[in-house]
Amino acid sequence: MAQSLVLVSDLHKDYQTAAGAITVLKQVNFSMDAGDFVAIMGPSGSGKSTFMNILGCLDKPTSGLYTLDGHQVANLSGNALAQIRNQTIGFVFQGFNLLSRVSLLDNVALPLVYSGVNKSERQARAKVLLEKVGLGQHINSLPNQISGGQQQRVAIARALVNHPRLILADEPTGNLDSKTSEDIMTLFSELNADGITIVLVTHESDIAAYASRQIRFLDGRIVQDTRSKTIASIASAEEPD
Amino acid sequence: MFSAMLGEAWRAMGANRLRTFLTMLGMVIGVGAVVLMMAIGQGAQESVKQSINAMGSNLFIVLSGSFTASGARSGSGNASSLTVTDANAISELDGVSNVAPISMGNAQVVFGNNNWATSIIGTTPAYLEIRVWDLEDGYVFSESDMRSATRVALIGKTVVDNIFGDINPIGKTIRIKQNPFVVLGVLKSKGQSLDGRDQDDTIIIPLTTAQRKILGNRFAGSVRQIMVQANTPEVMAMVEQNINGLLNQRHNIREGADSDFFVRNLTAVANSAAETARTMSLLLGAIASVSLLVGGIGIMNIMLVSVTERTREIGIRMAIGARERDILLQFLLEAIVISIIGCLIGLFLGITGAMLVNKLAQAAVVISGNSVMIAFAVAASVGVFFGFYPARKAARLNPIEALRFQ
Repeated sequence: MAQSLVLVSDLHKDYQTAAGAITVLKQVNFSMDAGDFVAIMGPSGSGKSTFMNILGCLDKPTSGLYTLDGHQVANLSGNALAQIRNQTIGFVFQGFNLLSRVSLLDNVALPLVYSGVNKSERQARAKVLLEKVGLGQHINSLPNQISGGQQQRVAIARALVNHPRLILADEPTGNLDSKTSEDIMTLFSELNADGITIVLVTHESDIAAYASRQIRFLDGRIVQDTRSKTIASIASAEEPD
Repeated sequence: MFSAMLGEAWRAMGANRLRTFLTMLGMVIGVGAVVLMMAIGQGAQESVKQSINAMGSNLFIVLSGSFTASGARSGSGNASSLTVTDANAISELDGVSNVAPISMGNAQVVFGNNNWATSIIGTTPAYLEIRVWDLEDGYVFSESDMRSATRVALIGKTVVDNIFGDINPIGKTIRIKQNPFVVLGVLKSKGQSLDGRDQDDTIIIPLTTAQRKILGNRFAGSVRQIMVQANTPEVMAMVEQNINGLLNQRHNIREGADSDFFVRNLTAVANSAAETARTMSLLLGAIASVSLLVGGIGIMNIMLVSVTERTREIGIRMAIGARERDILLQFLLEAIVISIIGCLIGLFLGITGAMLVNKLAQAAVVISGNSVMIAFAVAASVGVFFGFYPARKAARLNPIEALRFQ
């Protein structure tokens, strides 16, 4: 890859509120290559969620450039953005965000509905991924019939179903206990080892330690950008706490 | 893709069955009312139309005027001013297709031990053509019967029922005012006329026979009425004018003097009856349409609630790649499915109701393919129309805000 997968330069984001304009992101410059595993940290209100939304093409910057996989995102239509969210990006949320009335299989297959894949292939691909995340026996269950950790695995399977280049995870372990969090992070590490690029927002440094690069936001700016050389640092990261 | 969305719509409807049912009920009642009202309205129109057809189309009746005796003025039709030769002259006019001179009166009819008072119409075979009146059995008297004033009769259904019962009347001899008549034919039943008279309670005999044997005669050749049929509705005004001119001339009536005859346009009466039925049918349809509209608003209301409730779901769908039009289509489809299912149930109930009305109230109903198709098309459009605004609202949601929605 000669080109960065994600390239952000001089990004600003303002929000209009009743009290006037609030600047959430200032002069953010950031790039990452395919295969990176980046953890974004920072206190609440530091701008990391807004940054994630912009990376995920759910929100647009007030000014600055965002290039994803060679495309200028600012120039894209609503439909093209939807297509990027569908095929280039996979989302994992803190609250899992599964459709509650729908079986696990159909939840995982849902992105494929919007890319026009036929039903038998949708189900086949969703089944393979559910097996990969260890839920092959529960494909017809509903989300409220399984545990939180299992629900997050389903959400990860859903994020993966369209073979995205980039996974964006917004505090994926925020609602999980530490043992389950470890399992989920191990799954992310495995996916990264398979070559999938991951951006992860977290409050916790031991979770951030799974990533190969840590970025810290403060008051809308990136104030720290460190790389830990190997993913093998996982083992040592478990010790301090 | 489409079938997947249809499945989604189905699942969303199933998630809140009572609400879906109540929403649908609005459509059911609306469509049912429209179908039922249209069936009743069209039934009324149809029965008026049948009465008009039974009477004959493009008709005039020329009535003789009144006469004054010892200062007492008789009603119209009592003077002996019209004659068979007048009728013959009218038949020569342009635009006239049929002319039938008529004399009539009432008489007692006897067969065996039974007797019955009925109306006697003396006329020519043209009368049956004008009235579009066929025979059920037997045959019509001929021109030679007319010339020789044969005592033959065509009898109506009501008369048959009252004096013959189950006996086949053809060839039997009945007595009208003591004169024996051979029954040549039985008239097909025509039912009630527009004014409610039983048209089957009648006997038709040759005009000449009636004048000489039954009804008596003030002077030879006079008739009470002449029935005139014009070729087309367009020439009626002209024909009416020509009849007036011709008869004024023949009766030596000077410009400005009172005529001794009247020309009545029967079709005008019939048309106003048809117009009344049409107006009633429109009115019924309009009232029923209001309930369809209310049903549509019910759908819109519920869809708006549903969009709000499912805001988070919409956000999730957008985050994983649903385009605006995917969301739009999903909610629109849900509204359309509700309307169409409601419509089908409404059609079923409306048609059943119409049949019940037909059975229980003996009212004529007409369920036309047209009205069913219109009801269906309207229901589908109501679904699209009232589903569109909520669906667009869903599609325009901001995905970030939708995802944060609790």
